[in-house]
Amino acid sequence: MSNSKLSLLTSGFVKNNPTFVLLLGMCPTLATTTSALNGLEMGLATMFVLILSNIVISLVAPVVPDKVRIPVYIVIIATFVTVLQLLMQAYVPAVYETLGLFIPLIVVNCIVLGRAEAFANKNGVLDSALDGIGVGLGFTASLTVIGIVREVLGSGSVFGWKFIAGDGILAFVMAPGAFLVLGYLMVLFNKFIAKK
Amino acid sequence: MAAKSNLRNMALCLTAVCLVCSAILGLVNKMTIEPIAAAQKAKTNATIAKVLPEFSGDVVPGSVNVAGVEYSYYEAPGAGYAITSVVGGFNGALSVMVGITNEGIVHNTSTLSHSETPGLGAKCQNDAKFLDQFKSWNPSEKTLLVKKDGGDVDAITASTITSRAYTLAISNALAAYNEIVKNVGGQNNE
Amino acid sequence: MEFILIIISAIFVNNILLAQFLGVCPFLGVSNKLSTAAGMSGAVCFVITLATVVTYILNQYLLVPFGLEFLQTISFILVIASLVQMVEIVLKKISPSLYQALGIFLPLITTNCAVLGVAINVVTKEFTFGGGEAHMLGLGEATIYAFATSLGYGLAMCLFAGLREHLALNDVPKAFKGMPIALVTVGIMAMAFLGFSGIV
Repeated sequence: MSNSKLSLLTSGFVKNNPTFVLLLGMCPTLATTTSALNGLEMGLATMFVLILSNIVISLVAPVVPDKVRIPVYIVIIATFVTVLQLLMQAYVPAVYETLGLFIPLIVVNCIVLGRAEAFANKNGVLDSALDGIGVGLGFTASLTVIGIVREVLGSGSVFGWKFIAGDGILAFVMAPGAFLVLGYLMVLFNKFIAKK
Repeated sequence: MAAKSNLRNMALCLTAVCLVCSAILGLVNKMTIEPIAAAQKAKTNATIAKVLPEFSGDVVPGSVNVAGVEYSYYEAPGAGYAITSVVGGFNGALSVMVGITNEGIVHNTSTLSHSETPGLGAKCQNDAKFLDQFKSWNPSEKTLLVKKDGGDVDAITASTITSRAYTLAISNALAAYNEIVKNVGGQNNE
Repeated sequence: MEFILIIISAIFVNNILLAQFLGVCPFLGVSNKLSTAAGMSGAVCFVITLATVVTYILNQYLLVPFGLEFLQTISFILVIASLVQMVEIVLKKISPSLYQALGIFLPLITTNCAVLGVAINVVTKEFTFGGGEAHMLGLGEATIYAFATSLGYGLAMCLFAGLREHLALNDVPKAFKGMPIALVTVGIMAMAFLGFSGIV
């Protein structure tokens, strides 16, 4: 695979990390990272929609009049989100119930519309697909890391495997913990990974 | 590159996209209607099996009205009734499925949904110490109130309100059970 | 009486932002100045209330009777997008200065998860206010709930904008400047609002 294609796949981890760099998709990041598994599932669900919508939007972008492009993109994204909803309800109902409201909210996840506007409507199908995979993987990685931290501190377990008896510091699996963990992780990311 | 943005093109494009997408969704919906119903049924059946003693055969859904409130339930042939009871908990609706045998004894209970505080009221979902006391609870021998209110229920530490709500859910289910038995008795006497 | 319970619950106990995590992106982006935050809150309040009413009616009289619930997500977001478009046009005519002040943030209300989130919650979840029976909301209750929710959003936003204006004048460690310290601040705010749980 040529260098530029490979860089599309890996850009989502550091350079274009949706959570820590682009600051997009904050709502699901805060709400669904109560455990590592939940974060991972949410990331994968979003990636599913991201890849498919990127592909379709890059295909139709040449024929869509400029002034209606946003509503058209939204309809396309909403279609894939609903498909995801129906498939999840049918085949993985437990995951669907855990993620709840945030599955349909993928429609308004700024990452999906943002990549469509910034990349998919200007590039070819293969590149758009790779971009979807790359940013999706970056998002999934971020969510999983935040989920791990919150689960370890808040429930004393990781991916459901408990290593202490009883509860951890419950504040971390509740609302305040989400904001605090995200803030502190952002500091660590900026200092050590992005090296600002 | 993109088509011209005149009214005709815009309307055409938007309509076409909406039609195609609705068609796709209609198709996927049709494909998944059965699996979704099956998944929900499996989940309900699993909960019913948890709250009632073993039984064979299909459950029969029903609904009964007690004091203006509708209670939906499932009748398990030979085993009893699994009644869904919803009350207001500490932080939102608390929904409990109560399994009552044909002798009027509470066989087991299961929390269906809640919004209680993690680590405190949320223990109503999986804390064995709290939940096990309701197994084979005989309402004629023990009073369904928390100890603080003069009853026999051991509340969750520091979660009196949730414990009270859970206990109330079970009492309500028993009231619904009595109503069901009354109706069935009435039917049998006709 | 129940309306007061709905309002208190929506603004404090289940604050859309600090407890439900909806509407966080614009919250972190717009709240630099108190005046912008106030203007944004007003616009969001209007859109949330109107959108909830319209989507509720759409769901009740069109989607449910024809078994079209699977079209909920797509139809709701289209309604919201159209409403925002209409608000833009109307605002441009009535108050061009406010329109200019809000700038890019007005069309961004479409992608505000709070709007879609409240619309979906109202037609899918059962609510209980103050120990009352859990039930699906009627149109009147839904409207009050949506309006109160957006007030809660505005409250959180304005509180936060005030705090941020102070933060900008303080000596924040370099690594924390900008987003991180904002998030820590919101985290502490969320902790404070946790204290409201259980009062209704």
